[in-house]
Amino acid sequence: MRPIAIIAGKELRDGFRNRWVVATTALLAALALTLAFLGSAPTGSVKVSALGVTIVSLSSLTIFLVPLIALLLSYDAIVGEAERGTLALLLAYPVARWQVVLGKFAGHLAVLGCATAIGYGVVGGAVQWTGGDDGGAWAAFVMMIVTSILLGGVFVAIGYLVSALVGDRGAAGGVAIGVWLVFVLIYDMALLGALVADQGRTISAGALNVLLLLNPTDVYRLINLTSSPNVSALAGVAGLGASAGFSPTLLVAVLAAWILAPLVAATAAFARRSA
Amino acid sequence: MSGATVVMRGVTARYGRHVAISDLDLELRAGECVGLVGHNGAGKSTAIKLMLGLLSPAAGQVAVLGATPTAGRSAQGRRQVGYLPENVALYPSLTGAETLGFFARLKGQPVAANSALLERVGLAAAARRRVGGYSKGMRQRLGLAQALLGQPRLLLLDEPTTGLDPEVRQHFYEILRNLRRDGATILLSSHALAELEGQVDRVIVMNRGRKIVEGAIAELRGLAAVKPRIRARLAHPPAAVVAPPDPRPEWKPLGDGRFETTCEESEVAVALRDLPAFADQVEILRPSLDELYAAFQAGAS
Repeated sequence: MRPIAIIAGKELRDGFRNRWVVATTALLAALALTLAFLGSAPTGSVKVSALGVTIVSLSSLTIFLVPLIALLLSYDAIVGEAERGTLALLLAYPVARWQVVLGKFAGHLAVLGCATAIGYGVVGGAVQWTGGDDGGAWAAFVMMIVTSILLGGVFVAIGYLVSALVGDRGAAGGVAIGVWLVFVLIYDMALLGALVADQGRTISAGALNVLLLLNPTDVYRLINLTSSPNVSALAGVAGLGASAGFSPTLLVAVLAAWILAPLVAATAAFARRSA
Repeated sequence: MSGATVVMRGVTARYGRHVAISDLDLELRAGECVGLVGHNGAGKSTAIKLMLGLLSPAAGQVAVLGATPTAGRSAQGRRQVGYLPENVALYPSLTGAETLGFFARLKGQPVAANSALLERVGLAAAARRRVGGYSKGMRQRLGLAQALLGQPRLLLLDEPTTGLDPEVRQHFYEILRNLRRDGATILLSSHALAELEGQVDRVIVMNRGRKIVEGAIAELRGLAAVKPRIRARLAHPPAAVVAPPDPRPEWKPLGDGRFETTCEESEVAVALRDLPAFADQVEILRPSLDELYAAFQAGAS
């Protein structure tokens, strides 16, 4: 355990040193504040919770931004250290390769966790303070922050897999951007296109559910946009959430599996890589 | 196995299809300081990576401190190994003290001893500065400090003295002598052969992944049959040249009244005695390692 904690501590310190934490926290907080206060204009007339609206808009923001930040943080983790020459020295120490991967993961997740929790927490507080409405949406809001960090974890793990497989930094960066495009933009568009073209003839509801679980950003969307009837009515996905019929526990478990699988694959790929 | 810190038997290593080392046999004993010599690409760094377990041999066996270095990749044996990579790269955002603290904790060593170590390599004043702002020589010294963490029994130093100024270099060799006295095994790789002279017990000369020759420098001199040369300046030609039947081989004039002759090692004293009393600027030029290296290279190819 010790080497993992030592490496995680170093990554976290790096995160604070090179302003990753500060920059991402500021970025998330600024965008989230903008969305929260511009987006909550209609709440007065519709009589819904201001925090509920904020959850919907912040979820959409998270889906775009958090995977990107996570991939930028992680794509370089192995291939970058190999290229700069620090990896050979690190591996000459009494540290196993899986410990290096897990240590970096813990550190990067902490960096992301700090940024998300502080950035969104500030916004949640501000909305609550100015809006001053029900406390009922708080559970959903906390759930959103936790799952945002988990979603970040998924893409940090995918970033390591890319980093362990690809031969040079430039290529790893390119592949990481490709991963982001596929999961965040292309997958959903393709799925939508397929559904429209298919007109419900071959793609059953069950098949659609499985297809949604195959994209971690959709899993995240299902958790947060259907977290309470209030929120799902706002998000306009009430029907989808109800028909999917996944329990939140199952969805979080799927997200956890999306972290574990790439992390295990990254460790295996790293073990075969020559330093 | 008694006393052998590193044993390599018939080791071959490949990067893809490129064969970096072929059929290498090598043994390093406790308390020994060995030079690993060869041009860039001769397989020196690869040999060191095999000993560290960073690379698995395609054929043959490697044993370090009695264990296979690649088995169970977090092998406890690594606590007893110090490694300085060629052109050491460190984390630029950490300070010198933080860097050493990070590595000390990984090795399970008390961090308290670090400031003394930084003092020893002359970095005490720069300990709180970030490594990103260090000069090449300072990075090299910090790299050396991390290799020395925890009194290693085996030190693998890849081109350790590049970028060190002469004063630090002397200090560096002094540190190595102290470690040897404590029974550590030291492997120094270098392509600057002259530098190892007087510092190592023996050298292993490599070329294109193969060991060409191995032995103490004096032994290699004998093997290479490169003879010592004597140079002297004379106001007028030496008696040996003027008065023939002299057993000495002829002195070749080099211009400016300087002459040179070649003889066997055992005949140096005789050659010097034959010099007239007015000879000055007398030099004995023994073949440097570079010349030996060239001779072995010629013999190998």
